[in-house]
Amino acid sequence: MLLDFGVLLLYIVIACGFLTAALVAGRIIRPNKPYKDKLTTYECGEDTIGTSFIQFNVRFYVIALIFLIFEVEIVLLFPWAVVYKNVGLIALIEMGVFILILLAGFAYVWSQKDLEWVKSEIETEKEHGTNL
Amino acid sequence: MNIVLELVKVLFAFVLVMGIVPLLIWLERKISAWIQGRVGPNRVGPFGLLQPLADVVKLLFKEDIVPTNADKGMYFFAPLLAMVAPVILFAFIPFGPDIVLADYTFKLQVCDFGVSILFFMAVLSTAVFAVAFGGWASNNKYSLLGGIRAASQLVSYELILSGSFLYILLKWNTLSFRELIEKQAAYGWTIVSDFPFSLLFFILFFIAALAENKRAPFDLPEAEPELVGGYHTEYSSMKFAMFFMGEYIAITVMCFCMSVMFLGGYHFPGVVDVSGNFLNALLGLAVILAKVFILIFIYMWIRWTLPRFRYDILMRLSWHYLLPLTVILILVKALI
Repeated sequence: MLLDFGVLLLYIVIACGFLTAALVAGRIIRPNKPYKDKLTTYECGEDTIGTSFIQFNVRFYVIALIFLIFEVEIVLLFPWAVVYKNVGLIALIEMGVFILILLAGFAYVWSQKDLEWVKSEIETEKEHGTNL
Repeated sequence: MNIVLELVKVLFAFVLVMGIVPLLIWLERKISAWIQGRVGPNRVGPFGLLQPLADVVKLLFKEDIVPTNADKGMYFFAPLLAMVAPVILFAFIPFGPDIVLADYTFKLQVCDFGVSILFFMAVLSTAVFAVAFGGWASNNKYSLLGGIRAASQLVSYELILSGSFLYILLKWNTLSFRELIEKQAAYGWTIVSDFPFSLLFFILFFIAALAENKRAPFDLPEAEPELVGGYHTEYSSMKFAMFFMGEYIAITVMCFCMSVMFLGGYHFPGVVDVSGNFLNALLGLAVILAKVFILIFIYMWIRWTLPRFRYDILMRLSWHYLLPLTVILILVKALI
């Protein structure tokens, strides 16, 4: 077991070492002639307006939150899945309740339309009062 | 003696995973050419086999441009992570049967923890950071859009991946890839021994793996018509090469994982046993590589056949169809 950890460490060190070597070799042999225009942000020939460190659509955040809840749940289910046959009925019922609570939350999110990426014109009209 | 053997094994595993990448790039170009009725690379070396090497050399000699506005630390960190994470993933995959020596059982797997599936899942989820950091740190609107799209897509489909892992645990009651293969050798490969469920979960896992690897039809993070290059728009030279190679390594590892989970890994009834002599190990390696290359061929076939999804369809597919289906299937499987 301890040897396995050592071997894994060795493997990671070799991987990182190889990558660093590739980067250093590239740095030595490649040309380096930067000038101001070359180092500007790419934008299809236009000058970039403003920075990109901006607030973006909140839906991505909602998705990340739901993901977090589900992923934690699934990781919690991992040890259960390994032993549930030995523990018997009680394990099954307990996890069934657990999953059902989670599914109720999922149904709520779904009914709130947080999982809809495109809202229909009717819904937009309801929210904004006009048809955009 | 054991230490030397382990060292040789580690080097072999690293060379194996790195050596598959140029082969994959060549295969991808040849297969795409074949599907589209073209010739493909045929100038460098026999059948154009040396083309990927030429590409790497070209990328090595290219100037590395770091935009002035980029967040420097993260900008350097992202491609490193994009490449190192899939390489580490390979450490948990057994790629050949045990070799029984006089006083020592030599495992063809970089490290065999009792819980290698958990480790695999943990390292797998770091793939999100590489694209999210890369996209954000470039300080470019296309990169930002590509990065957050990719992050959202990866987390959505990761749930389905985890669900399929959960099914494997329910079925075989083990957290170790090696035991998984041993059990499959004893009771039949997952895909045939538990027919309706295993096939459904295999398809679910395959779809999720396509999305995890950002392959067509799920290659929205780098949708050229809208996003230029997506999260790697601002990357050039070796840093771009690392994103590129990392993607191919991730594909390889995913196919290894699929063959271990559903197709019996290196086991082949009548030909390869789960432990034995050196010849057995070589045959096992050949068997798992054959399975992996068949899966990779399907990956490429899909990529050059299907058009790209629209983003809302992609998210709806994951959250409205695949995820509820996965949870319900798991509940049913647990009840039976």
